[in-house]
Amino acid sequence: MAQSIGVGGERMDIHEYQAKELFRAVGIPVPAGEVATTPDEAARIAQELGGTVVVKAQVHAGGRGKAGGVKLATHADEAREHASNILGMEIKGLTVGKVLVTAAEEIASEAYVGVLVDRRTQSPVFMVSPEGGIDIEEVAATNPDAILRLHVDPRYGLLRHQAYRLADFLYSDPKLAKQATRIVTLLYRAFTANSCSMAEINPLIVTADGEVKAIDAKVSIDDSGLRGLPALETLRDVGAEPASETKAREADLSFVKLDGDVGCCVNGAGLAMATMDLVKYYGGEPANFLDIGGSSNPDKVVAALEIIASDPNVKAILFNIFGGITRCDDVARGIVEATRTTRIDPPIVIRLTGTNETEAMEILNQAGFSAFTSMDEVVERAVQLAAEA
Amino acid sequence: MAVFIDTETRLVVQGITGRDGSFHTLQMAESGTRVVAGVTPGKGGQVFEIENGGRVPIFNTVDRAVKETGANTSVIYVPPAFAAGAIMEAADAGIAFIVAITEGIPVLEMSKANAFVRDRGSRLLGPNCPGLISPGKAKVGIIPAQITTPGPVGVVSRSGTLTYEAVDQLTRAGIGQTTCIGIGGDPIIGTNFIDCLSAFRDDRDTEAIVMIGEIGGTDEQEAATWAKENLGKPVVGFIAGQTAPPGRRMGHAGAIISGSSGTAEEKIRSFKDNGVAVATRPVEITDLIKESLGI
Repeated sequence: MAQSIGVGGERMDIHEYQAKELFRAVGIPVPAGEVATTPDEAARIAQELGGTVVVKAQVHAGGRGKAGGVKLATHADEAREHASNILGMEIKGLTVGKVLVTAAEEIASEAYVGVLVDRRTQSPVFMVSPEGGIDIEEVAATNPDAILRLHVDPRYGLLRHQAYRLADFLYSDPKLAKQATRIVTLLYRAFTANSCSMAEINPLIVTADGEVKAIDAKVSIDDSGLRGLPALETLRDVGAEPASETKAREADLSFVKLDGDVGCCVNGAGLAMATMDLVKYYGGEPANFLDIGGSSNPDKVVAALEIIASDPNVKAILFNIFGGITRCDDVARGIVEATRTTRIDPPIVIRLTGTNETEAMEILNQAGFSAFTSMDEVVERAVQLAAEA
Repeated sequence: MAVFIDTETRLVVQGITGRDGSFHTLQMAESGTRVVAGVTPGKGGQVFEIENGGRVPIFNTVDRAVKETGANTSVIYVPPAFAAGAIMEAADAGIAFIVAITEGIPVLEMSKANAFVRDRGSRLLGPNCPGLISPGKAKVGIIPAQITTPGPVGVVSRSGTLTYEAVDQLTRAGIGQTTCIGIGGDPIIGTNFIDCLSAFRDDRDTEAIVMIGEIGGTDEQEAATWAKENLGKPVVGFIAGQTAPPGRRMGHAGAIISGSSGTAEEKIRSFKDNGVAVATRPVEITDLIKESLGI
């Protein structure tokens, strides 16, 4: 949630069971549970936990309950049955490959606790509400007074009185507030230790015995923070993203797959977006966003071209390169190299300008390519070629 | 005149001996920038040679560089793991204007560094930005000088190469620039659109402004509202990312549409409501600037 005030940063979403591990590691109370990839495994975990369990689909999408991806089971056989239904299920286009089997709790009340980086104040901000268990954006829209926002000075961290203020907003019972003070403090610790851009407990529950616990967890990790925390990289679920995006990340390319037929290879995110917009302006549809980045070597260009060409929807490929740090001759060499080693069917149209433009033109001309110098011309031509294909 | 950097700029390069740092130091010196010092811990006492026999002394710390050379501006090319520290070191040494080129600084670290810089009264541009250039006077960062020329237009943008595209078109049409500024695409940055518009307002030579934004956040909308009330100079705007689907980041860390906020449509509407002339394609920026300058 809370994205209306702006989660920042390139980020990696992790699954609920992984987020709960991070929470458990700092001491936040979460129900016992384990992740399973087969119905039998789910049954074994349910057996070991004893009592009623919840079987929960692990996908990077909200609305799991509504989609039938969250089920109660009173015994191991029932857990097996639910797991076999849920595993392989599609939720918002994502296939469920794992379920979390966790002890069911008797819920007396549900609250919301979240912390994220707010780009407007440039600091972490906590948001808490006694109305949990539902979409917090709905609470923000219908009952804004039920949400407390508190900004944290990142240099001092969450101060004790601030933690207590958050807890006191959630619970009037001092015993509950004491537990919640500890939980928000630990949540901030998990948030900073794991370089998160967002960490959320929804709901934070009070059990029938008066215990405060996190029964759902959602965490996004700031990609830039991963460099210093290699252990977290192993949490990435590559099965949860298109294969082309995995390949692009491995080649250090910024890539997003879209549904159109004009493949785009551009240097710089802003220029890449403007190029996609221009494709649309001339009546086409972009097949992807791809930023080859600065100081790109020919190898990166080869990888980019392979990724774009492997999309069967692509009918034409356009290059739009404005050389600054990126040298046009490097890109030209990459294009020539890629077309020599790999069979690329769609026609390629190229626009190169800036650093080492003349050398680049020579390389391309020798290989039989012609290049444009204007962005509008190249985009219009690519759209035309895609339409004719 | 120009904004933020000019012939009075005395530059220290943090990370001068690195691959990017050394390459761009030569380029900045070639564009007329007075590069007075370099900093690489452990290499103090060495000298970095620039063309025409220039010799730039290297120091271990920014503090020494400032005391020995009177540096007043710094540019940072150090790797992401050390960049937030380098920013705070520059602010601690009394550098008034700090430009961070480095990409990939963790957001939480930037949030601390930014607060530190503000408390010391320094200005930070970036991180993850191409820097800025006042054509004919000084260049700090990586914007190619050959696509710029002196003149009456101020350019401010969240993007790198898209800025080059716009500036190149202006220059080819014979329209020069006072200063071209890339503020960076990260969610946490030191200098925002309003800071730049405000500097252009106070700059006598700037007659019109190009503002290039992207999807994500609300900076452009706030800048447009501010401009209507306070600027008194014509603005031409462009927003990239009209075709970007919600929820997907488009390379720039800041360029993600979250919830209902930060769409291109919303930004364009805000531009129009506040009297900013909107270009639907980059090529239209030049035509609209010509109109606003009456040429």
